[in-house]
Amino acid sequence: MVGAQDPVVARQLVKKFDDFVAVDQIDVHVAPGEAFGFLGPNGAGKTSTMRMIGCISPVSSGELRIFGLDPEADGRKIRARMGVVPQLDQLDNELTVMENLVIYGRYFDLSRRDARAKAAELLDFVQLTERADSKVEPLSGGQQRRVSIARSLINDPDLLLLDEPTTGLDPQARHVLWDRLYMLKERGATQIITTHFMDEAEQLCDRLVVMDAGKIVAEGSPQGLIAEHVRREVLEVRFGHGRNEEQVEKLDGIGGRIEALPDRLLIYADDGEAALSELHRREVVPESSLIRRSSLEDVFLKLTGRTLVE
Amino acid sequence: MSVLTNPAAATRIVPAVVFDVRRPQRMIERSAFVYRRSWLVIVTGFFEPLFYLLSIRIGLSALVGDVDAGGVLVPYDQFVAPGLMAASAMNGAVFDSTMNVFFKIKVSKTYDAVLATPMSAGDVAVGEIGFAVIRGALYSTAFMLTMWGLGMVQSPWIVMSVPACILIGFAFASLGMALTTYMRSWEDFEYVPALTLPLFLFSATFYPISQYGNYAWAVRLSPLYHGVELVRAANLGQWDSSIFGHVAVLVGLTAVGIAVASRRIEALLLT
Amino acid sequence: MTHALHVFERDVVFLRRIWKAVLLSAVVQPVMYLLGVGIGVGSLVDRGADSADLLGGVSYFAFYATALLATTPMFVGGQEALWPTLDGFMWSNSYRAMLATPISSRDVVIGQLFRYALRCVVTAAGVAVVLAIFDDTRSWGLGLAVLVGVLTGLAFAMPFAAWTATREGDSSFPAIIRFGIIPMFLFSGAFYPVSQLPDALEPVAWVTPLWHGVELCRGAVLGGLGGGMAALHVAVLLAYVVGGTAACMVTFERRLRT
Repeated sequence: MVGAQDPVVARQLVKKFDDFVAVDQIDVHVAPGEAFGFLGPNGAGKTSTMRMIGCISPVSSGELRIFGLDPEADGRKIRARMGVVPQLDQLDNELTVMENLVIYGRYFDLSRRDARAKAAELLDFVQLTERADSKVEPLSGGQQRRVSIARSLINDPDLLLLDEPTTGLDPQARHVLWDRLYMLKERGATQIITTHFMDEAEQLCDRLVVMDAGKIVAEGSPQGLIAEHVRREVLEVRFGHGRNEEQVEKLDGIGGRIEALPDRLLIYADDGEAALSELHRREVVPESSLIRRSSLEDVFLKLTGRTLVE
Repeated sequence: MSVLTNPAAATRIVPAVVFDVRRPQRMIERSAFVYRRSWLVIVTGFFEPLFYLLSIRIGLSALVGDVDAGGVLVPYDQFVAPGLMAASAMNGAVFDSTMNVFFKIKVSKTYDAVLATPMSAGDVAVGEIGFAVIRGALYSTAFMLTMWGLGMVQSPWIVMSVPACILIGFAFASLGMALTTYMRSWEDFEYVPALTLPLFLFSATFYPISQYGNYAWAVRLSPLYHGVELVRAANLGQWDSSIFGHVAVLVGLTAVGIAVASRRIEALLLT
Repeated sequence: MTHALHVFERDVVFLRRIWKAVLLSAVVQPVMYLLGVGIGVGSLVDRGADSADLLGGVSYFAFYATALLATTPMFVGGQEALWPTLDGFMWSNSYRAMLATPISSRDVVIGQLFRYALRCVVTAAGVAVVLAIFDDTRSWGLGLAVLVGVLTGLAFAMPFAAWTATREGDSSFPAIIRFGIIPMFLFSGAFYPVSQLPDALEPVAWVTPLWHGVELCRGAVLGGLGGGMAALHVAVLLAYVVGGTAACMVTFERRLRT
């Protein structure tokens, strides 16, 4: 079901830089209120796609409609309804935190009074009220990212674009950020998120596409993708460097699929404990073993033969 | 995708962005935010032309004596003052629109965030040029008042020197910004004085154009010369039809500069 | 000392990269000033009845052109000690990187002194070559004036560098140019004899390093400067250079050791 006014509808979308094809004929549909993710390694074409959706990068070919509008002709109108959190924060270093938000509101034609009121409200939302009059530079990475998020909300956007929202942040700052994004989602804002972190995609996205080398290689909900492409659990075993591959034939029939990496073997199974017992029964004893739940990382590994974060 | 078969692309060939200017005042508002804290930088900018004026008045005037300014003999400092006023309008505009703009494009990425909003490249270009012009107008007004205070004003028409300097500011700020979009690194800016210094020295700033003899045509190629003539005409209160030509040159350069600057900013940032 | 040479060597490589810009400030700009002010304003001045007396019997061109031998290195040396030097402390942080090697902060200071001196030598030599073209200023004294130019440039560069080492940003630099360099350029006897200044201002000009540099250059090229006065001018310039270098030793050490 694709509505004419839906946040994003892309067909055969292509982005080329000279001869390099960054985005290669992708089809994307984002429904209202959805949290949609682009998952993939660096260079997969996620940011190029985001920039086209953000109307700051011309489409090379194919069709793109944002809220039913053409970015080429109606860039201003589209951007007026959108909030963007770019990968690098791009905050205005010459201004204070408060001024950053207020002037941004002015770019969206808010009155001075409305911009000020909204800015104060948003600083409270991202828990930075006490830093309102600070310059941007002294803030920590996590705080700057929160200012970016507050700034992107100044126009009450119908669509929020978040490009790698937690890259470069420490774990605690990531959780604070996720919490805020989750609150926004509960309020019904449509979100598009790019990430190369599996846990982030699983936490934040209702639905996602996996991108690799400019193409979409899989699509679905995080749980759906895991169920479709890998088993429920993973048994990771290590036999020491260089000795992993030779063990594979001894493990025939255990679990669903075995992935041999240079440093470890991944055995996909519905029951990890049972798989490990079977290993011991065959007297194949690894130096170490670990059972965990399957993640999107495993999906990506299966689809592309490569790991996401190298 | 052929340009000829795609009407949307065809309209982009016409410099659509030139006309896509709706909120340049927001960029000026941003500058106002910035300089509200560092107003001292603005105030001190006025002193450089003032020092030149005082130095010439104190020392050089006595050495030179009176000079023929379009049929009227005036003391040398009063001859030079309009030239300095015009030149400082140029220098201020060039400074504001080159290094500062380059920094915002390449280093601080200020415009990337702006263009993610309903603001356009044209808004950015015109807004930044506009602020440079406003700042220049403040300096021109202060300079004019100083001239008046020192008894160097010949005619009440001197008030027209401020709009003349605004024209100069527009022309050089937009040309400077257009030029900046072609700069690759900071080292390229060492060439900027190589352009502005000859304009400063050879635009009939320090002596009448008649002194150039057969080379007077070369002086007329200088955009600053047309500005100097306007300000000098204002100081003497002598207007003739030549001012239309001077105004036309400055307005034309402004249009070209803004067109190039906004298209180039779009090409640089909206990739 | 060899360590200082290594510091210097790095800058020579850097300078080679921007030789065009150096040529611009050392030759092209002075030529423009010579044509625009020396010849242009000169023809107005030399028409004046008593101007020859005021200028000590030389043409305005000769009077002004010889001053360029001191003012141009002042601009170049002074600027080099501001932004490019702060870059070494802050943005590229290359000084601190040097200290990770056996190079000491003193070596860095001496290395910078060589670097400023090199830029000033190139600059002053460029101006001297240009002046050699003109009858009014062709003289063997130009060689001596190049040395004076370097000394003048360093008299600005070294104190400026000491200041730069204490800074966390470049916000004070435009003011240094506007209220330090430009007024000196305009009021220290480059464009007209300081005797033209009001009586109260004239002694101020005497204290500035630029006035001493200008007077020395003029004397070297055009003659008419007594030995005693020449020695005094040299002594003042040297005092600025030595004082500035000593200050650098303190501020560089403090900056780089913390």
